Amino acid sequence: MATATDTTAEVGAVQEFTVTVIIRRFDPEKDAEPYWQDFDVQMYSTDRVLDALHKVKWDQDGTLSFRRSCAHGICGSDAMRINGRNRLACKTLIKDLDITKPIYIEAIKGLPLEKDLIVDMEPFFASYRQVQPFLQSSSKPEKERIQSIEERARFDDTTKCILCAACTSSCPVFWTDGQYFGPAAIVNAHRFIFDSRDEAAQVRLDILNDKEGVWRCRTTFNCSEACPRGIEVTKAISEVKQAILRGRP
Amino acid sequence: MTTDLTLDAPRAPHARTKRGINWEKWGWIYMRVSGVLLVVLIFGHLFVNLFLGDGVSQIDFAFVAGKLSDPFWQWYDFALLVLALVHGTNGMRTIVNDYVAKASVRRILHTALVASTAVLLVLGTLVLFTFDPCPAGADPELVASFCEDIL
Repeated sequence: MATATDTTAEVGAVQEFTVTVIIRRFDPEKDAEPYWQDFDVQMYSTDRVLDALHKVKWDQDGTLSFRRSCAHGICGSDAMRINGRNRLACKTLIKDLDITKPIYIEAIKGLPLEKDLIVDMEPFFASYRQVQPFLQSSSKPEKERIQSIEERARFDDTTKCILCAACTSSCPVFWTDGQYFGPAAIVNAHRFIFDSRDEAAQVRLDILNDKEGVWRCRTTFNCSEACPRGIEVTKAISEVKQAILRGRP
Repeated sequence: MTTDLTLDAPRAPHARTKRGINWEKWGWIYMRVSGVLLVVLIFGHLFVNLFLGDGVSQIDFAFVAGKLSDPFWQWYDFALLVLALVHGTNGMRTIVNDYVAKASVRRILHTALVASTAVLLVLGTLVLFTFDPCPAGADPELVASFCEDIL
């Protein structure tokens, strides 16, 4: 280890350092309340927060529970609150955080905590299902459904959603009582509302034109900031509001 | 927000609200429209009161009495009163909806909001349209000095 830290002067060299991660632990069978536990891990500058969690789980405490599947920022399993911000653990490089201080990792907020970094995603998916996120069309084309480049570009941004819940669980309106549809559901409604091939835009606009629909959005931009895919979530919600006012997409 | 925030049962199954006037939508539109109007009206109000004429030093009882005797300013201030009060009340209503989870407390606060707004609207309108700086037959000791010429 000592030799490894001496290489810091070398330009382009991979640095190694000790990082303290403080993880909010909770085991429903043992703990009445969640608590913070700290671990020291040896990390490289090329490592991500997910690697730190792996090191803890594989080398120090096998009881640590967290979700991760692809580990490359596309499956949306490992959204968590890192230093108070919702991010994907697999897309957050350790060197981009302030490693002179401990790194705080906890589960995303507003959804029922199940264990350690795992929350019950069902309420999130329930609101997602309610906006009917699938193509609805009465026609049956012989080959494919033709769409121009411009028509496709109209909803391109919202096709990028990976349903990680980073946006919805960063929304202060969702935190209040969890009844709000949430940014992710509206983003996925937007993806079909503005799709020229889809015929059920009116149905979705009607669903979102509701007390718990788009009107509860306070444009605090937490969702846009949290989105690991860089979707302009608040803009998408505003476009749905405008579509409701117009009465058509 | 506290860090230990979790919700026991978030998101009740979505139930379609009954048809009729969509208050949530119209409330949202009202906030935008009244907001734009208020910007114009408030800056007009400030400009006339604080900038035109002798500026800040001109404001006294006689100045206000003079403005309120003009039907234009009566209706100007009436528009300001209604737009601002309802705008503020609707804002408070959304805050209550956001922060009060208990239905009974919510109802009490909403009722209090509507009641206080109604009282303020009635009182404000009454003052705007019935204000008389020099009521006939009043004790000369109690009314403004400029009333001597009129009474």
